Amino acid sequence: MTIGTARYTPGGDEHIFVELSEEMSLEAFFKGMAITTALAQQKVPGVTEICPANASYQVRFDPDVIHPDAMLAILKRVEAEAGNAELDLDTRIVEIPVLFDDPWTNETQLRFRERHQDPTSTDLQYAARINGYANVTDFIAAYSGSPWFVSMVGFVAGLPFMFQMVERARQIEVPKYLRPRTDTPKLTIGHGGCFNAIYSVRGAGGYQMFGITPAPIFDPAQGLPYLKHFMAFFRPGDIVKFKSIDRAAYDAALDQVAAGSFDLRIRPVKFSLKQFLADPAAYNRSLLEVLHGN
Amino acid sequence: MAIEVIKPGLATTVQDAGRVGYYNVGIPLSGALDQYSFRAANLLVGNDENAAVLECSLLGPELRFLDDAIIAVTGSTMTPKLDGTLAATGEAIAVRAGAVVSFDFMRAGARAYIAVAGGIDVPVVLGSRSTYGLGAFGGFLGRKFAAGDVLKTGPAPAGARAGRRLPAELAMPLPKEVELRVMPGLYYHRLTEASAARFFEDTWTVAPEADRIGYRYRNGRPLEFCPRQQPFGAGSDPSNIVDAGYPYGSIQVPGGVEPIILHRDAVSGGGYAMIGTVISADMDRIAQMQPNYKARFVKVDLDTALAARADRQQRLDQLRAALR
Repeated sequence: MTIGTARYTPGGDEHIFVELSEEMSLEAFFKGMAITTALAQQKVPGVTEICPANASYQVRFDPDVIHPDAMLAILKRVEAEAGNAELDLDTRIVEIPVLFDDPWTNETQLRFRERHQDPTSTDLQYAARINGYANVTDFIAAYSGSPWFVSMVGFVAGLPFMFQMVERARQIEVPKYLRPRTDTPKLTIGHGGCFNAIYSVRGAGGYQMFGITPAPIFDPAQGLPYLKHFMAFFRPGDIVKFKSIDRAAYDAALDQVAAGSFDLRIRPVKFSLKQFLADPAAYNRSLLEVLHGN
Repeated sequence: MAIEVIKPGLATTVQDAGRVGYYNVGIPLSGALDQYSFRAANLLVGNDENAAVLECSLLGPELRFLDDAIIAVTGSTMTPKLDGTLAATGEAIAVRAGAVVSFDFMRAGARAYIAVAGGIDVPVVLGSRSTYGLGAFGGFLGRKFAAGDVLKTGPAPAGARAGRRLPAELAMPLPKEVELRVMPGLYYHRLTEASAARFFEDTWTVAPEADRIGYRYRNGRPLEFCPRQQPFGAGSDPSNIVDAGYPYGSIQVPGGVEPIILHRDAVSGGGYAMIGTVISADMDRIAQMQPNYKARFVKVDLDTALAARADRQQRLDQLRAALR
């Protein structure tokens, strides 16, 4: 699969927005990562923000330092150069423990049931059914079986959007709530469209709610080892593997979080898009070997 | 040097020029919504123009100054009172230790800036003292003020003196009907031609949901998006796109109903098509719009936007010269 030429469009006088593809694909995401990584390395004077997203990216700049036409020319040149580059990524793979079907998101679902497509099911039961799974157990196995790419970080501070690294036919898709909720528990594992999201803070939301992780992913106080470097943990390009845990393991993890001793399993990894596309299942197995090796 | 918060006002926070460079992980600029009035307040009291100030929304606070201070109030028309006696806006005024500063109701505009000589002394987080409410960091404990809070201020600069005054022609205009210049772009092509034209014809009213994150407008005719087979991952509504980054000032129209302009505490991305962007020179105007103020959107091109930006810079230079 190939994607066409990017579409460049202004976001006022301070931004250029670049749509790499109208539809979501790993190829579009990777092209965006390649371009934004190369652009960041060039340290173009006047550029203040470089924001990769799922299938697009945007740049914010000071037009008093660099004229928008000059900025546009640089972005087009970087696209042309990045198009020839090997789509490899030096990144990390992270295991995120998840208590699926947890009491807190289930309680929240009940409070907003009239805003849901199927008020008689839980979000998990609904998602399992419309995606063709026989039961919730099989659905959770698929959800936590194959790894995910963090394809965008944002909406609010530190919130990752993730895209599962499987063929399109196996992508899990669900609609968002009919009307957004006014509340979502902090660290909810949500899903909308083809994207997973972990709610980094409590707040409004429209994604279906499948579970909760004990692992803080945004903390301005930076108390835990993996947040010492920066208050927001996730970066675009991270690879995530969910691990289904039970209530006892969840409670134990929360105790460790309170004690400041909780840590995540994180391993460096080099990702090759070409090798992945040749045999996704085999490549994902090799990624998990890296995650679980020492 | 300290200030005690007796009453916090509706939404009073510490803000400065903003936090640049972290939008890629969802941490927005923050900072004073009306950057022009914020700079004017600092210059009046002899501060560096980027010093941290108090931003007040719609209803001002009541503050007890524990030390002598020089302060200035700019932006919306919100007259300060020293121990109950009316004082001037747009002027550096002396406050004696122990005095209570309160404010008259906001007559025009939506945001007032209170600068104190020496600046508000809160920790610098990621390069800024600005409050980011959704992330609960920056400013004073990452939140708006509550009664009983005690704020520290820095040492007053040598140039601080009472009596310095903002010339009337350099004050922020506060009209109840505002023209906002918009560069079409982003997903503008997703609107039907007739609908795109109506967006610029109608008069829109600021909805009650107008805050530092975004300004919602209503009372214009609903917008229609061109029907299409939605792309994979975009969501089912024709106003949906594959989740993408939102520029500051970008206008999204969820479901085609009410346009929302994102401001300096913006959510950094999402799945609603943006149809254009308010030009940088007009972002301060949005900050001064109260609910029920009216807006007309005026379509402009890049050259017009850059000329307006240059005009704004020139006006800031005049301000700096006048308040030297």
